[in-house]
Amino acid sequence: MTNSADYFQSLTTWGRNKVATISIPWTITFVYLSLVLLLPIAALMSKSLSLGVSEFWRIATSDVARSAYNVTFVTALLAALINGVMGTLVAWVLVRHDFPGKKLVDAAVDLPFALPTSVAGLVLATVYSDKGWIGQLFAPFGIKIAFTRLGVFVAMVFISLPFIVRTLQPVLQEMEKEIEEAAWSLGASSYQTFFRVLLPPLVPPILTGVALGFSRAVGEYGSVVIVSSSIPFQDLIAPVLVFQRLEQYDYGGATVIGTVLLLGSLLLLLVINGLQQWGRRYAA
Amino acid sequence: MLRNFFSRVSIKEKGGEFGNIKVTKNDHRKTNPQTQLLIAIALGYLFLVLFIPALAVFYEAFHQGIGELFAAMGSREFLHAVRMTVIMAAIALPLNTVFGLCAAWVIARNQFRGRALLISILDLPFAISPVVAGLMIVLLYGRNGWFAPLLNSLDIKVLFAIPGMAMATIFVTLPFVAREVIPVMEDMGSDQEEAARILGANDWQIFWRVTLPNIRWGLLYGILLTNARAMGEFGAVAVVSGGILGRTQTLPIFVEQAYKNYQTQAAFGAAAILALLGFVTLIVKEILERNTSRPVHH
Repeated sequence: MTNSADYFQSLTTWGRNKVATISIPWTITFVYLSLVLLLPIAALMSKSLSLGVSEFWRIATSDVARSAYNVTFVTALLAALINGVMGTLVAWVLVRHDFPGKKLVDAAVDLPFALPTSVAGLVLATVYSDKGWIGQLFAPFGIKIAFTRLGVFVAMVFISLPFIVRTLQPVLQEMEKEIEEAAWSLGASSYQTFFRVLLPPLVPPILTGVALGFSRAVGEYGSVVIVSSSIPFQDLIAPVLVFQRLEQYDYGGATVIGTVLLLGSLLLLLVINGLQQWGRRYAA
Repeated sequence: MLRNFFSRVSIKEKGGEFGNIKVTKNDHRKTNPQTQLLIAIALGYLFLVLFIPALAVFYEAFHQGIGELFAAMGSREFLHAVRMTVIMAAIALPLNTVFGLCAAWVIARNQFRGRALLISILDLPFAISPVVAGLMIVLLYGRNGWFAPLLNSLDIKVLFAIPGMAMATIFVTLPFVAREVIPVMEDMGSDQEEAARILGANDWQIFWRVTLPNIRWGLLYGILLTNARAMGEFGAVAVVSGGILGRTQTLPIFVEQAYKNYQTQAAFGAAAILALLGFVTLIVKEILERNTSRPVHH
């Protein structure tokens, strides 16, 4: 962007000036970040370390905790995967096809970002309950959705959907239709065109979207706590378990499970960064 | 920057050249039953997962009549929750805007070691569960927290009070402004700022007259998202507030507590207001996206 001559000029002409004024934004950035973000993380880590390895391990692998991880991570993964398929379809339809009301539908995909999580939980609990608009369709078959693990799943699907659609849309928009048409004209079947031409460049963004949605679903609290019954070994998720431990003033227990969740999120962040770099290689 | 600009133009021209062919093809596709099925499945899924729940908020709020709704919304606790929600946004918005602008400038205008790390750290609040964020604040400012002795001697209450709730809100809304401003600032380049400096403008003048007008849409977008999340945050604030009725309840907490206490009408009244805020956010977002040359995505 800037060539080296510009760079040297900026160094020599007003470099000194800049050094004097740089300090205000730099100071604000680092002091604020330390106080608001790094200090709290340090507090969690140090509390964890103060418990000692064996105590940490005992709480982190207790039966309640293990079942809570299971409900959280497995359900979140299932929600992210189904959105990996359906969100891809939604993004595809929004980019490639026209239908009445498309603009409105496109804008409404962001609803889960815009609706507060407790509102989402309240309305999902109502709509998917036995007497709710959607729940009553399933009730005759003996399927209960709200206040069961299925309810947790529905809430996680709701909040993770936009991540997949919004990650995929720009990639689909930039994909040139000509490539697809070239494959067609060279005699590829529609099956071959899809699996050999269309899908490969879409795999990294789909996986990125799934990972982003999964990460969000794992940390979700507000909507799940309302739509589930939060009974241990049934539909209790790890964030709700942290909250319950805090309510019982069990700071140690809350810290350990919170740390496990934090480490999980950090690991996911690394995975997402890796996926994004993989996707960029495709785009180049 | 120039290259980007030209490539955008050439894509437009390409669209024009093949315009006719595309139109006939689209017409063909519309009649294709396979395509119609695809659209139907996608819309059906969106209705089941997103649209029906969103519409249900307003149906549930209004179906027993406006009178019932207003009665539920006139309570002292409800009005207090509205006030607390506005206070949260009023504290988090200016602080995170100033920080976001500073962080965006540091990241977009400087090359330094650890820049990539700084960007990752900035994103952390999005990755961390809101409950864990709240827990961290409890560990810092709670009864046995790091700052407990200091706060006790000064007689300041952070937990179960406005300062703690504001801190939780600030934590979860930290990245929005910086994330939206960074790409806009990078797109803008530093040429204009350097020209202004040669012409004798000071830092303040450069910021107000050159930088700010260029980044204003990105900045507004970031502020909009910050506000929506600040007013809507539930998990992190619930952990540190204790949800004391008429004292530390924000609207999202009011929704949950009212629902738990079988005051469904009041819960949906508060939910409808928050949903309305969400819809307004989406509309303003559409308008802002039209004003930025590049599509903004999360």
